[in-house]
Amino acid sequence: MSSFDTTTNAGQILASASGGRRRAGDRIFSNLTVIAGLTILLLLAGVAIFLGGQAWPAITASASELPGGESLVNYVWPLLFGTLLAAALAVLIAVPLATAVALFISHIAPRRLAQPLGYLIDLLAAIPSICYGLWGIAVLGPATVPVTQWLADHVSWIPFFGGPASVTGRTMFTVAMVLALMILPIVSAVAREVFSQTPKRLQEGARALGATRWEVIRMTVLPFGKSALISGSMLGLGRALGETMAVAIILSGSGIISFNLISTSNPSTIAANIALQFPESSGLDVNVLIASGLVLFAITLVVNMGARAIIARTNIQ
Amino acid sequence: MEEERKEMMESSTQDRARREADAPVAPSLEPAPAPSPSGKGWGSHKLDNTAKTVEAKGVDLYYGDFHAVADVSMTIPPNKVTALVGSSGCGKTTFLRAINRMHELTPGAYATGVIEIDGQDIYARNVDPVEVRRLVGMVFQAPNPFPTMSIYENTAAGLNLNSSKVSKSEKDEVVERSLRGAHLWDEVKDRLDKPGSGLSGGQQQRLCIARAIAVEPEVLLMDEPCSALDPVATLAIEDLIQELKNNFTIAIVTHNMQQASRASDYTAFFNLEKSGDPGRLIEIGETTKIFSNPEKKETEDYVSGRFG
Repeated sequence: MSSFDTTTNAGQILASASGGRRRAGDRIFSNLTVIAGLTILLLLAGVAIFLGGQAWPAITASASELPGGESLVNYVWPLLFGTLLAAALAVLIAVPLATAVALFISHIAPRRLAQPLGYLIDLLAAIPSICYGLWGIAVLGPATVPVTQWLADHVSWIPFFGGPASVTGRTMFTVAMVLALMILPIVSAVAREVFSQTPKRLQEGARALGATRWEVIRMTVLPFGKSALISGSMLGLGRALGETMAVAIILSGSGIISFNLISTSNPSTIAANIALQFPESSGLDVNVLIASGLVLFAITLVVNMGARAIIARTNIQ
Repeated sequence: MEEERKEMMESSTQDRARREADAPVAPSLEPAPAPSPSGKGWGSHKLDNTAKTVEAKGVDLYYGDFHAVADVSMTIPPNKVTALVGSSGCGKTTFLRAINRMHELTPGAYATGVIEIDGQDIYARNVDPVEVRRLVGMVFQAPNPFPTMSIYENTAAGLNLNSSKVSKSEKDEVVERSLRGAHLWDEVKDRLDKPGSGLSGGQQQRLCIARAIAVEPEVLLMDEPCSALDPVATLAIEDLIQELKNNFTIAIVTHNMQQASRASDYTAFFNLEKSGDPGRLIEIGETTKIFSNPEKKETEDYVSGRFG
């Protein structure tokens, strides 16, 4: 009798679990997460709609109505060029450095040294960007002058160092280094985290073949951390593209397009230009600035999507 | 799977028969081996006999303050399989890892005593552990092929180390010889450029063996190489071990008493008195003797399954 009862109970429990309603806690939690996810989408859409709407008058206006009497493309293109140049250079400087730092902390440094060093690098991310800007203009800029002078004197055939060298150090060269320093923490933090998760069995496998420490890193750690390094770099690139204050304070931008990194005339960046121009703008000028902001928004979106695509591809392999 | 197994058994018995026929000939005077009738014997891709004696003298192993293994002295003879058995935590894996100086990679771990390979103390002050690991290969519990490398690259992984330059043709030859030596060639020869992680568990473990023997070590250490494998794959590895001992000195840690009695020539039994005590070598001898008529009572208790 009792065994008969038990099976009936089990049947009832199963029936209520499969067909019955979900628990209240589960329902509330799932609704909360859906709302949170939707909020992100709404915010993103809101920003895009705002930028698009405000930029529209500038996009449709004729060239003669715009500031400087130029077409919108001619106005934005030098800024976009400056933005991409500064960000690309920053990533170019920061990624090798961040990789080396991450490897040092995760695999080379003794544990007692590694942890404080990791915190210290993370702290770099906590410094306000205005401070980086001030440091760049007051310390790093002047310090680059002898270097850029030498470059202009000796290797001016390289387009990047065409000169004449700036005597104040307020150059693209300085900006790139300051930006590199600013994105170093994020890139190295992402890389460090993944490098230190390299499976021990792979590292031991390499060791057992007679690999040196560097060879273990080359055979196991770097391949394992490759996609993380790419995504970290893209995060850094995203930050460098949008960085405003440090660039605004160091560069006195002119609307030129030049690969010359060390002269006094440099292209400005979209974000810095908006920050500098916005307070003194009115009417259509504001719409033009917002249109340039829309371009930056689109570029950043493309960079992030590109990063996702690269990560997805490397993961499959 | 069944057929594959049978093929493998056939080719391995053929090889064994041929090798026995070759046995009296000194390696340097060895004539070119006759091509195998089935076309999948060793051919010109024969491994050299590089086996050397390992001699441990009063070895003590520590993890920081913890004394893991005490006073082990034993000889691991060349061209034989020596099994290290004992209950968990008795230090047999620790001792195995001391033979290629992997033990000291654990922070705080160190060793005292002498381990000689071919008369040379590998713990001598002027010996580079990286060099030791080139001479003493190791196969791990779980197969660990490098996931980003192809089967070919995995096999050749040890050849590019220490900035040694190996020509492409030489590398091709070593890869084929090693994969044949690991009984894997016929299964992978058409997909050498595919990732090693796409193979089955047993194939991956044989790939790891191929990787280890590609650098022609003197000693091959195996740390429970079959513990993650099914019985069929396990038997394939055991067959392989029987062949590999013609070329290498083999030490294998195993929890499987049948495996020790099937696959080894000598058996060393490790034990510890109670948890926290260091593990000790209780007895070492010919496997048949250890399993039928051991000298110590605790050995008999363990191998007959009365504890552990």
